[in-house]
Amino acid sequence: MIARFLSGLGRVFAAAAIAAAASTAFAAAGKPLPPDSVYQLALPLTDQAGRTADWRGLRGKPRVVSMFYTSCQYICPLIVDSGKAIEHQLTAAERGRIGIVLISMDPARDTPAALRKVFDKRGLDANRWSLASPPPADVRSVAALLGIRYRRLADGEFNHTSALVLLDAEGRIVARTEQVGSKPDPAFVAAVRKAAAR
Amino acid sequence: MRRTLAVALLAIPLAGVAAGALGSRYAGLPGGMFKSVLRYEDAKDGVRIAPFALMRRPVTNADFLAFVREHPQWQRGRVAPVFAEARYLSHWTGPTTLGTNAPPDRPVVWVSWFAADAYCGSLGARLPTWNEWEYAAAADETRRDARQDPAWRERILGWYSRPSNIALPRVGLQAPNAWGVQDLHGLVWEWTDDASSLLVDSDSRNQGDPDNARFCGAGALSMDDRENYAVMMRVAMLSSLEGDDATANMGFRCAWSAPR
Repeated sequence: MIARFLSGLGRVFAAAAIAAAASTAFAAAGKPLPPDSVYQLALPLTDQAGRTADWRGLRGKPRVVSMFYTSCQYICPLIVDSGKAIEHQLTAAERGRIGIVLISMDPARDTPAALRKVFDKRGLDANRWSLASPPPADVRSVAALLGIRYRRLADGEFNHTSALVLLDAEGRIVARTEQVGSKPDPAFVAAVRKAAAR
Repeated sequence: MRRTLAVALLAIPLAGVAAGALGSRYAGLPGGMFKSVLRYEDAKDGVRIAPFALMRRPVTNADFLAFVREHPQWQRGRVAPVFAEARYLSHWTGPTTLGTNAPPDRPVVWVSWFAADAYCGSLGARLPTWNEWEYAAAADETRRDARQDPAWRERILGWYSRPSNIALPRVGLQAPNAWGVQDLHGLVWEWTDDASSLLVDSDSRNQGDPDNARFCGAGALSMDDRENYAVMMRVAMLSSLEGDDATANMGFRCAWSAPR
């Protein structure tokens, strides 16, 4: 009897949880996510200001997304450079319609304070940029969605591929480049401008 | 050691799974220092593998059917295409029916990394890492590391030369290896948790080229044991797949970490 009551209660909670999850998914734009959106993955991100929110909140605006980690000496500064170089190619109005999100593959060390340090040092604009860490167990999933490969090395560094991914306002991947650095990939910039024009 | 581990693993609190099921479905492996076929520049003396438990057999169609019934969002036709390509479970006759091409006791194939990860997650388990998988698969029936035996290598390679259009045998037909694990070779390819960490560049000319800075840090992995073709083929296969890919021969099994 008690068991049946408890299992019934569990079902109610489960239903409530599903309803809550569904309402989150629907809330952002008032319509369901397209099936081919990367935001199909529930992913809490904690940013440089210490705010934690599901990345579905990024819906509504095209985003340039990549993965990095703050203690990286070599390629990762180039990833920030890439974002800046792309911004540089945009008009002020276009810049206002694009967001740039760098997701850490090293959440254990990339605390809000560590993210903040890079954010400030590189003089990033909080209106457009976000540096954020997922929960450790979700890093593989987000990397797989974005097609980024990485391996943690014995010394705590990471061996990883570098890519910039352009998501449309609904989280669909519309362009991608593996050319990082201060000289942006012209085809990728063109795709960003096109996304920003809408 | 193995007995201690098995007892320790039985003590893991299991959500919705009887503890005995863990003991019979999984084998306990003690771990230790292990020399992978991959040359890790950062771990030249080998990698340390923590004690873990590994499913004795690959996940079957029947197992996976129970999972998609419980979790409809992983049914064919319902799953978000970012998590599984169009061929996902395409050999089943329907979203919740197996049919003649997918007998219940055959290993499930045509599953994406995301789906395999979700299945293991639903058990409170996880996919094994590549190092764990390779370590478990180094054993033959009597030796924990049979990799230097040319006869053992030949046996494994014999499987790879078999045409892949023949129906898969059922799981558990092969004798358990020294750890009590079956079918690591000779049945299906298997997903690992870190399949996407196997940075084996298809074109080694790209290494160190600053114009194509694909790899940060140490560059692509290379093989330390070029004679171990069978394992190299595994690595090449895993490194060529994306998380939503599904193939006719790619299945999986799950693992548990021993409690610390």
